[in-house]
Amino acid sequence: MTTAAATLDAPTSRSWFSRMRGKIGLHTALVILMIVWLVPTVGLLVNSFRPGSEVDGSGWWTALFPPYTFTFENYAHVLSQANLGTNFLNSLFISIPATVIPIFVAAFAAYAFSWMEFPGRNILFVVVVGLLVVPLQATLIPILTLFASWGLVGTFLAVWLAHTGYGLPFAIYLLRNFMGSLPREVFESAAIDGASPVTAFFRLAIPMSVPAIAALAIFQFLFVWNDLLVALIYINLIHPDSLPMTVNIANLITSHGGGTEFIGAAAFLSMALPLIVFFGLQRYFVRGIVGGSVKG
Amino acid sequence: MTEKLLTAVIVVIGVPGVLVGYIWGTEQVLRLFPERLKPTVRPWLWLAPALGFLGLFLVYPTIGTIIRSLQDKFGKEWVGIANYAWFFGNDDALSALKNNLLWLVFLTLFVVGIGLLVAVLVDRVRYESFAKSVIFVPLAISMVAAGAIWLNMWLYKPPGEPQTGTLNAAIGVVGVGPIPWSQVTDFSVNTFMLIIVMTWMWSGFAMVIISAALKGINPELMEAARTDGANELQIFRGIVFPLLVPTLVVVATTMIITALKAFDIVYTMTGGQLDTNVIANFMYQEMFNVGNYGRASAVAVVLLIAIVPIMFFNIGRFRAQEAVR
Repeated sequence: MTTAAATLDAPTSRSWFSRMRGKIGLHTALVILMIVWLVPTVGLLVNSFRPGSEVDGSGWWTALFPPYTFTFENYAHVLSQANLGTNFLNSLFISIPATVIPIFVAAFAAYAFSWMEFPGRNILFVVVVGLLVVPLQATLIPILTLFASWGLVGTFLAVWLAHTGYGLPFAIYLLRNFMGSLPREVFESAAIDGASPVTAFFRLAIPMSVPAIAALAIFQFLFVWNDLLVALIYINLIHPDSLPMTVNIANLITSHGGGTEFIGAAAFLSMALPLIVFFGLQRYFVRGIVGGSVKG
Repeated sequence: MTEKLLTAVIVVIGVPGVLVGYIWGTEQVLRLFPERLKPTVRPWLWLAPALGFLGLFLVYPTIGTIIRSLQDKFGKEWVGIANYAWFFGNDDALSALKNNLLWLVFLTLFVVGIGLLVAVLVDRVRYESFAKSVIFVPLAISMVAAGAIWLNMWLYKPPGEPQTGTLNAAIGVVGVGPIPWSQVTDFSVNTFMLIIVMTWMWSGFAMVIISAALKGINPELMEAARTDGANELQIFRGIVFPLLVPTLVVVATTMIITALKAFDIVYTMTGGQLDTNVIANFMYQEMFNVGNYGRASAVAVVLLIAIVPIMFFNIGRFRAQEAVR
């Protein structure tokens, strides 16, 4: 396809030149935008590999010219001294169950909303759409009080449960929109063949919904991995050994003020996994955004 | 650490097992019911886990917060609207409210504007997917990491010292500055510094959605206009833009909510100091630094009330969509 298009357009040098001149404004604008978007990240990435003394004395761009003095010290420091290795594992331990649980719970609900008849179905789904935008702030105090009385503050269980509750409206919304658009005949003929709803769910609905489930998994994983507020409230700074990376890095930033060499290393450690997920599964990520764009 | 790992493994394997077992179990439970009742009972068994979570973590606490906002610091005495009276008579609270308004207007304008611009521009070049990735990638990282990245941009050193912050060094080249970006409180410049960080993060979101809508426009419409002698700008204003309006509204409502809920960036970059506070961070401070749950609840309710119109707007739009299905 690409080759065909390229051959079709294969221009004579003159028309190529005049077309290029016509498009020069367009390319300039885009290149400037891309540079503006990349420079902040590149700047901190470069600084994260520079010794602290140099970071304070000169801008990151000076490191792009010889003599090169790049070092892994900042990474070694934050992993060993700033507890960030533990935080990295905590982030994983928090994110994986907090992604898996809501997907299951949402899939059951989405299937019921899509393929079962019951009174109040539409009203109930409208409530789910309404809950999409409820600010977490409006839930923090009662939930914290509840967790405190159950002795759950500072535990992973608290954040798993909270993230499941908070992630559900979007998860149900996205999966229901997808499952509801699957062909009706498939489920009807399965029912005629005597398949129970459980069989139809696991054999038909789930396999056919894999793209939506993948999109949802990426979304929920990134949401939990990147979350600051939920962990800050329900784990709390008084349990430093259970905190995820985001909370610790926010602390490094607020307490250190300007010590950017460690902050840079810490930030890039926390970004590594999201970036891998992003570049590996960008297609599903985009699909999730476009398919679920009522989400706030 | 091994204990944590063990727990995580048990949870990752055990919880799906329990949930799948639950759904399988519903059919066993349904055998106890007469055939006639099964279709009535079944949906509620499938919905039960979700309704439980939604009820416990969203509905119950939201109502609880509204009730708590009418009580005093310790939750013992009813104080009527005293917490709201305090909020609207408090300069710090009103300043946070004003900043949220700036967030709402400018974050929405910037993100929708840049998203639209980039979506239209990349549609015309061969390196479209590369350019999109570059704009889109900040959405994958945490706001905390974005805060770290942008502190390095705004960094300020007193005049005479080498400027290591990217922006001050850049304007230094042309002989301007240095400007203490995050300390300029006139005209809320520092709030704009934070809004720019969020714009950097969210423009890709707008671009992706607008770009998808753009690709859905029938190219024959534009071709016909071109044949009739319309130039690109006329085509954009007369055909493309009107067709994109519903999409722009979706993106705008999402950004309004994001702006109202802004917390991470403020907490990380300024802690709400230097006249950059916002409602969400103000609520956090009232909750943890002051420890007044009554007032903190009132702040949360103010945020909730600000979001309610969007909630009804979304519900209305959803119903219209369903009517078409």
